[in-house]
Amino acid sequence: MQTEDKGWNPYVAGALSGLVLVLSVVIAGQLFGSATSYVRTVGMIEYAIDPDRVEELEYFRRVVPKIDWQWMFVVGIFLGSLVSSLTSNSFKAQAVPDLWKGRFGADPMKRGVVAFLGGIVAMFGARMASGCPSGHGLSGVSQLALSGLLAMTGFFIGGIVVAQLLYRQGGKG
Amino acid sequence: MDTLVYGLVTGIFFGFFLQKGRVVRYDKQVGALLLKDMTILKFMLTTIIVGMVGIHLLHDMGLVRFRVIPLTFGPNLIGGLLFGVGWGFVGYCPGTVGGALGEGRWDALWAILGMLAGAALYAEAFPLLRDNVLTWGRFEVRTLPQLLGLSHWVVIPVFVVGIIYLFKWFEKKNL
Repeated sequence: MQTEDKGWNPYVAGALSGLVLVLSVVIAGQLFGSATSYVRTVGMIEYAIDPDRVEELEYFRRVVPKIDWQWMFVVGIFLGSLVSSLTSNSFKAQAVPDLWKGRFGADPMKRGVVAFLGGIVAMFGARMASGCPSGHGLSGVSQLALSGLLAMTGFFIGGIVVAQLLYRQGGKG
Repeated sequence: MDTLVYGLVTGIFFGFFLQKGRVVRYDKQVGALLLKDMTILKFMLTTIIVGMVGIHLLHDMGLVRFRVIPLTFGPNLIGGLLFGVGWGFVGYCPGTVGGALGEGRWDALWAILGMLAGAALYAEAFPLLRDNVLTWGRFEVRTLPQLLGLSHWVVIPVFVVGIIYLFKWFEKKNL
């Protein structure tokens, strides 16, 4: 089942990621996280447009708009996936995911609007929770953090409810 | 400078394994939320087992320091639920969305733009939230072993065994 499209066994790939996490903590003192980099990025963009506004906002004093370890980590994820997919014939240019297409049709605009709006809500929530599935999920739960366990529970409850509402009524799911 | 290079290299390895595990794409993320394809949970929980054992071992040897996000019940839970709602629609998370773009899924670009907009919106809303939601249910206790008053070497094996049983169940049900 898990190898139907020639990927690796997810347990093996996951374990190797765990090793990367542990090595990262040892070598660089850095745990995984991603969402903060979006704040830094948008801060840098806003700074280019209106630096005064950025300096007025308290949140950008707490999360300074600059390139740091995590920002490079997030860029690295893109590159690593690009290399992996290009070298294994699994790169696939696709504007609408298969599952989505089966339920809501092939219109890339419709998918784009929902992805955009969903992205807004997801990031707002991740900032409020102080983390996303990498920061709270992987790094948090690895440290047995109560914040991570609680946020992870929230991630999956929210996600499961929405996915059921979107796909369970009449769709093949 | 070294820090930035470490970040990039770490990300490349992580992105490589995420793509190999097939966990970055929409179908797998939403497949898990539909409780039909547990690939991303198999990946995440295996990473967590290795990370949990490794980090605690190294911590006990004095080689690493914990960086635990404080427990604040209100924002952790409400923000977590909000994230989940958005995740159900977008089908990507902030870490893996770059990986999805890397393997050619163009709709990830819309997701990234949305996430940037969400971050901008949060920066604007922060002064309103700071003294309200963000202070609800703040606790001193940070980790499960602290809460239970047990050694982490009691908690970790229970966790690991529980996850292995979950994996067995996934495989039995062909999820």
